[in-house]
Amino acid sequence: MHPIVKLLVQRIALGLVLLLAVSAVIFLGVEALPGDTAQAILGQSATPQALENLRAQMGLDQPALTRYFNWLGGVMTGDLGKALTNGVDISQAIGQRLGNTLFLAGCAAVIAVPLALILGAVAARYAGRWPDKVISAVTLTTISLPEFVAAYFVIYLLTILFPVFQPVAMVFPGMSFWAKLQAVALPVIVLVMVVLAHMMRMTRAAILNVMQSAYIETAELKGLSPMTIIWKHAFPNAIAPVISVVAINLAYLVVGVVVVEVVFSYNALGQYLVDHVTKRDLPVVQAVGLIFAAVYIGLNIIADVTAIIANPRLRHPK
Amino acid sequence: MRIPPSALIGLILTGVFIFSAIFADLLMPYAYDLPVGTQWEGPSATHWLGTDTIGRDILSRLIKGGQITIFVALAASILSFAMGSFFGFLAAVSGGWTDQILSRVCDLMMAIPSLIVALVLLSVLPLNLTVLILVMGVLDSTRVFRLARAVAMDIAVMEYVEAAKLRGEKWGWVIFREILPNALSPLVAEFGLRFIFAVLFISTLSFLGLGVQPPLADWGGMVKENKDGLSWGISAALVPALAIALLAISVNLVADWVLSRTSSLKGGRG
Amino acid sequence: MTEKLDWMVARARQGKMTRREFVGRTTAMGVSAALASALYTKAAHAEVKKGGTMRVGLAGGESTNTLDPALAASVVPQVGNASWGEQLVDMNPDGTIDFRIGEEVSSSPDSKVWTFKIRQGVTFSDGKPVTAEDVLATFKRHTDENAQSGALGIVKGISDMKAEGDKLTLTLDQPSADLPYLLTDYHLIIQPGGGYDNPNAGVGAGPYILETFEPGVRYVLKKNPNYWDDSIGHADSIEILSINDNTARTAALQSGQVHMMNRIDPKIAQLLANAPGVEVRRAVGRGHYVFIMHVDKAPFDNNDLRMALKLAVKREEMVEKVLGGLGSVGNDFPINAAYPLFDDTIPQREYDAAAAKAAYDKSGHDGSPIILRTAPGAFPGAVDAANLFAASAQAAGIPLQIQLEPDDGYWSNVWNVQPFCASYWGGRPTQDTMYSTAYLSTAEWNDTKFNNAKFDELLLAARAELDETKRKADYSAMAHIVRDEGGLILPMFNEFVAGIRANEIGGWIDDPNAEMMNYRAPSKCWLV
Repeated sequence: MHPIVKLLVQRIALGLVLLLAVSAVIFLGVEALPGDTAQAILGQSATPQALENLRAQMGLDQPALTRYFNWLGGVMTGDLGKALTNGVDISQAIGQRLGNTLFLAGCAAVIAVPLALILGAVAARYAGRWPDKVISAVTLTTISLPEFVAAYFVIYLLTILFPVFQPVAMVFPGMSFWAKLQAVALPVIVLVMVVLAHMMRMTRAAILNVMQSAYIETAELKGLSPMTIIWKHAFPNAIAPVISVVAINLAYLVVGVVVVEVVFSYNALGQYLVDHVTKRDLPVVQAVGLIFAAVYIGLNIIADVTAIIANPRLRHPK
Repeated sequence: MRIPPSALIGLILTGVFIFSAIFADLLMPYAYDLPVGTQWEGPSATHWLGTDTIGRDILSRLIKGGQITIFVALAASILSFAMGSFFGFLAAVSGGWTDQILSRVCDLMMAIPSLIVALVLLSVLPLNLTVLILVMGVLDSTRVFRLARAVAMDIAVMEYVEAAKLRGEKWGWVIFREILPNALSPLVAEFGLRFIFAVLFISTLSFLGLGVQPPLADWGGMVKENKDGLSWGISAALVPALAIALLAISVNLVADWVLSRTSSLKGGRG
Repeated sequence: MTEKLDWMVARARQGKMTRREFVGRTTAMGVSAALASALYTKAAHAEVKKGGTMRVGLAGGESTNTLDPALAASVVPQVGNASWGEQLVDMNPDGTIDFRIGEEVSSSPDSKVWTFKIRQGVTFSDGKPVTAEDVLATFKRHTDENAQSGALGIVKGISDMKAEGDKLTLTLDQPSADLPYLLTDYHLIIQPGGGYDNPNAGVGAGPYILETFEPGVRYVLKKNPNYWDDSIGHADSIEILSINDNTARTAALQSGQVHMMNRIDPKIAQLLANAPGVEVRRAVGRGHYVFIMHVDKAPFDNNDLRMALKLAVKREEMVEKVLGGLGSVGNDFPINAAYPLFDDTIPQREYDAAAAKAAYDKSGHDGSPIILRTAPGAFPGAVDAANLFAASAQAAGIPLQIQLEPDDGYWSNVWNVQPFCASYWGGRPTQDTMYSTAYLSTAEWNDTKFNNAKFDELLLAARAELDETKRKADYSAMAHIVRDEGGLILPMFNEFVAGIRANEIGGWIDDPNAEMMNYRAPSKCWLV
């Protein structure tokens, strides 16, 4: 077997084992939470009788391990159970919202990743001079604002002061692609602001690191232009750390945008999760937690694999 | 030693923030939790930064809020560094099964998004500063663990560490006497960044209603309290937002400088 | 100038301005008297406009919501249900009964047996006719403990139900002159077969037909072409969007993304009212924010101590700072002028530090801290209100201290458990229902543990009393008992504050019964 294939198989298998372990941690951890779901659902209007009925209906009386394996079996077959609070099929509810989450993340990534790479390369090219300083200062500011602050600024600027976009970013099936893009414009702007700095700084650092190598000096001696050197010679070798930072930020775009979703009423997974956490709807929390973990692990595997493939030394073993 | 101007600005501002956090109770012109004016007064001679939604003095709340913000973020960062670097060093020094177990536990914790864990935990635990610090500190320790382990790995293969091990020193001695002093610089630089992330994290939690509880407020909480005035040209929400940004930028400037000074020392920054 | 004129025309159209006032104000702006008069006539007789898509942005929707009317507990499902569903009876803004599926009602002289005539020719959205059996089955389902209906307490007092032809006869355990009012409860939406087959079907006989329901996101509804009542259901379709963030919801109204919104933050109500294109509407409601003491637990079993605390509240300050002035002061009994038979001669209790201190000293309390528990979710501004209360009580020499509790579990671990805490009540359609729900000694939600034989006796007597003067006297006596002996500290009644696009929405009426014109704003208003 080609060593690269062996390495890939190894990484993917490791990821799956990790995912299995995570599923156990999520399920049992959520089960171990103190408190009473029935009471949380009924709130002030709970009568003792209604509480008892609800508990019986939810079948909270079986041992936790039995329920874990039942749940795992369901997950394998795509059945995530029903939400305790409204009896809606979780897989179905999540399906559409996951699509929306990925759509938003995708839009933000399409803008942020190339922009970060270009800005990073430019900053590296002019390291220590004014373009570098401007880029660094701007990105430092955007990374220093909490997301919700950025979100409210953007709402104020672009819906009230200059009414260009809509403050409520819901998307629905049946909307045209263009309408969807318009709807998510504001959250995309905020997300780009938040993730850009991290990726850009890492790109800059990685390129500068490589620029000190001997072969870059050779290229410089050959009289190649600085930008050519960066793109042709430095970048391919700086790619591994950049990929891992991009992966972290993509994972963040998918799982960490709870606040942005809440502010813009975007109907995706984060908002869904927050609602169900407050109502203590355990099956939903478990399901969404598992999906988020799967996304994180999946992106990490992809990052590892890309790094391996991109690394010339690993691609051509001696 | 020459300090570049950007780092100097960072150092001065960070110093001002720390000073006002320590002496907050002496510096506040008014009580932070009592209404002393009407809603959303503009800046004036009596209230330099105006008043908030129920007429409390913003400058006083900003100073008190700064104390809370910096205290919680600092405590959480210290906790995460104490835990993360201890286990990181332990993994690096021991190797083998200990390393495997610790690293896999860390992978496991990192695979579950920390904001979500924090949401779930804080929605069921009693809301007070201790719980907040514990939750934030433990969640963040995974990232420190990775860095500490990577740094210590490089140091652990050095001859003087090998020598200490051969002498039969206990692992505790090795960690505290050999590894820690040599790994300090990259960890200090990372500390600045983690501190800023902690500040942003508390703000986010306060925004979702799970952070610092009223009448106390961290800066993020203050932004939230006053955010509705933002669309009406009322500066009450801008002040704490600027404070967060300023604190973040000044600490970042210092951290960047420490990082560039120590980059020659740093081993692998994982 | 045009804007201001438009606004006055809109006010005239809504009947909020007399001809005299309108002509006076417009001529002052330079409009000729003849034109002003013509404008007024046109506005006052403005035709109801049909058609268009009405977009409504509401706080109070979660992705945990369902279509089952029995489980509705927040505004988005309440408004959604009121759009696709119809009730037997409903409330008019003036506090009278609005007869819907029930066309008329009669009762036996002792108010024990009530007969409703069911409106004929009304159909559900699936085409089936609405019958007396459907109404009966609906009420039956709500009496079933398994349905977990929020209206259980209301329907369980019905001991016998009979459906014959177009008549529905209800027999009560206890006489009640208020039964039709009780049946206006928003949970009691008539479903085909009572909704036994599928309570979540969303099939009803309302002015609109449900097209799409995404919990916590939106409702989309289309006009019901077979709806029996021409005066309701003007827009072709309704979109109800769940927008929980205040800033985003307000921005959506300002930018015209939605036509109406609920729950304007009191802090910005004044600012928003001055913004172009937006009108802020306030309705005095029956909901109230309270601090409740258990009268059977020390130290609150001492009426002098209770009185000391009642005297130590700065009510005006709370209304000003917690409600932003959008509310009215309370008088320590749960009834205000929005209720029929309210006695407005009961003197208003004021802050009196000296009297409070005297009562506190008389109570013989040992001076240890009195703990008031509160949480951000007890009511909006509950923590601020508790802070203000503690400050004014301490100023009077009463050692009141606040303990903050988490929102999660507040209604299970603190409310009705701890002897002193913050809470709220949404109000009820009649005095009888309010008092029966929370102050009768045997009531399930008696959250002050109030137990007063005289009070209970008066309540039962008033319930069966058909003479309004006597009834009013009974209620006044009860109000005095609760005010002077009860465990209730009621500093303020809140208002329903909504926002609409000025000039774009017609037919808005400030309805005290519930938010958003008793949940029916989207179907009762029209797009201009």
